[in-house]
Amino acid sequence: MKRNLILGACLSSLFVLAALISFIWTPFDHTAMSIPDRLQTPNATHLLGTDHFGRDILSMIMVGARTSIAVALVAVGIGMALGVPLGLAAAARKGSWLDEFIMRGNDLIFAFPSLVIAILITAVFGAGAINAIIAIGIFNIPVFARITRGAALSLWEREFIMAARVAGKSAARISAEHILPNVANLLIVQGTIQFSLGILAEAGLSYVGLGAQPPTPSWGRMLADAQTMVSLAPHLALMPGVAIILTVLGLNLMGDGLRDYLDPRLRVQRT
Amino acid sequence: MSRNIWTLPQLPPNVAAMLRYALKRLLSLIISLAIASLIIFFVIEVAPGDPAQFMLGLNAQPDTVAALRAELGLDVPKWERYLNWVGGMLTGDFGTSYTYRTPVAEMIADRLWVSLPLALYALTLSTLIAFPAGIYAAARRGRAGDVTVMGATQLGVAIPNFWFAMMLVLIFAINLRWFSAGGFAGWDKGLWTGLHSLTLPAIALALPQAAILARVMRSSLLDILGEDFMRTARAKGLSRRQALWRHGVRNALIPVLTIIGLQFAFLIAGGIIIEQVFYLPGLGRLIFQSISSRDLIVVESVVMLLVFAVIVVNFLVDLAYAAVDPRLRSRT
Repeated sequence: MKRNLILGACLSSLFVLAALISFIWTPFDHTAMSIPDRLQTPNATHLLGTDHFGRDILSMIMVGARTSIAVALVAVGIGMALGVPLGLAAAARKGSWLDEFIMRGNDLIFAFPSLVIAILITAVFGAGAINAIIAIGIFNIPVFARITRGAALSLWEREFIMAARVAGKSAARISAEHILPNVANLLIVQGTIQFSLGILAEAGLSYVGLGAQPPTPSWGRMLADAQTMVSLAPHLALMPGVAIILTVLGLNLMGDGLRDYLDPRLRVQRT
Repeated sequence: MSRNIWTLPQLPPNVAAMLRYALKRLLSLIISLAIASLIIFFVIEVAPGDPAQFMLGLNAQPDTVAALRAELGLDVPKWERYLNWVGGMLTGDFGTSYTYRTPVAEMIADRLWVSLPLALYALTLSTLIAFPAGIYAAARRGRAGDVTVMGATQLGVAIPNFWFAMMLVLIFAINLRWFSAGGFAGWDKGLWTGLHSLTLPAIALALPQAAILARVMRSSLLDILGEDFMRTARAKGLSRRQALWRHGVRNALIPVLTIIGLQFAFLIAGGIIIEQVFYLPGLGRLIFQSISSRDLIVVESVVMLLVFAVIVVNFLVDLAYAAVDPRLRSRT
């Protein structure tokens, strides 16, 4: 199962690397149009071909990776920053009105798919990459709150937490000093999964025009542009799609691999 | 002999418990819907711009705008408009579209005839693919068949459905010409024609869901296969295959059904993107047209409908779950 982890980490870091390199170097300027060179299939100069304006697709995918990674990463950050404390608080006050309030609130947010949140935000403030971040971020909150609460609840029953309580530590300190470090592994795994879901969601939102707007390059928008030309130049639609699939696949494999690696009990079960 | 009028003595205790559970869940369902409607209404209300002004253009006379505001019911306080909106929805009146001047309920009903069958079609396909795949993988755990199916599901989860939709159009509509690349023929041309134009969208929508469902089916079945009663079934002389089908699959279905219920709600919402790929006249197109023409009352109502669908489906799933598993009734 370690193979998954390595393969996944390689695939994901390939795209993170592509995004980072794009800040200092891309094969061509991703905005440079060149009508004579338009709709080229992959060749030695343009490794992944050119689009209908003659822009280099490899360069666009590299710069697009930035948008995808930035949106998904910040969205995971929002989800963790709000969801984890909520989950810890709910677990610390299990069964209280606070717990009930937080969990009911989570259920309510769960009823708003990220697409619906994005639609609402766009209807009010107009489209943009920030909307996508907020929409996916809000969607992530209950995910992290639930997983944190679930894991924290079982930890609160353990002896070392009892010892900390007997020592007179407050619930908040116990949550921060003893519970949080012990749920960190779980959060890393879930974070990887939400990261990959965020990349898919960002692509979908940008595709329907609710995410990144021109001139910000984005994989979803490249696909939307490619759609009208899919019969003329299938590679336009193929390349960004493959980029999305490989990134998401890599992150998912890494998440699965991390779970097995960080949770020794699972490893024993498997063998 | 005094008897509490609230207890129904005819009911067996398990039915009474189920009833109590259902009422409790119903109450929280109503509260959720109320809060959701508040959020949606007041988020949309923050939107800058006056619909009446937008409809009449910049050169409109102030009194014309005022008259239109009165006609659209925009001249009363926000709270009153919220109550009118919710009260209207309860009686099936979703208001009048700012742009088309037709009842929103009618517009939504028209579009639902595309979006709902699409979601059901996709759900059927996803189940038809996922069940055999998941059962097959569980039965051949750790062997080549299992590894292949699991690899395929990893890929299925990673593929964006709208990209898959474009590839389907490229292969089956443009190259093979088996289907049309987009548009909807309409149900009045016959059931078969309607289904035919929904086939590619349904496949695109079903694929990632099928991948998830197959994984759930497999892991649920694997859990069951480790149970004592499965060993008993083998011990009493059933073959592996008989034990798997008679005792394994049936018991593994409970968590799988929950996931199917949850997926249905997401299929309706997810259909919005797929409708864009195929130019289908469903709820998705309606909502995007309404956003660009600032027809906010339509946006409001469609969003409420989507959220309503998710909440109600979750409620039904919870009830179904409690009906099968009595332990859940006592929990919250």
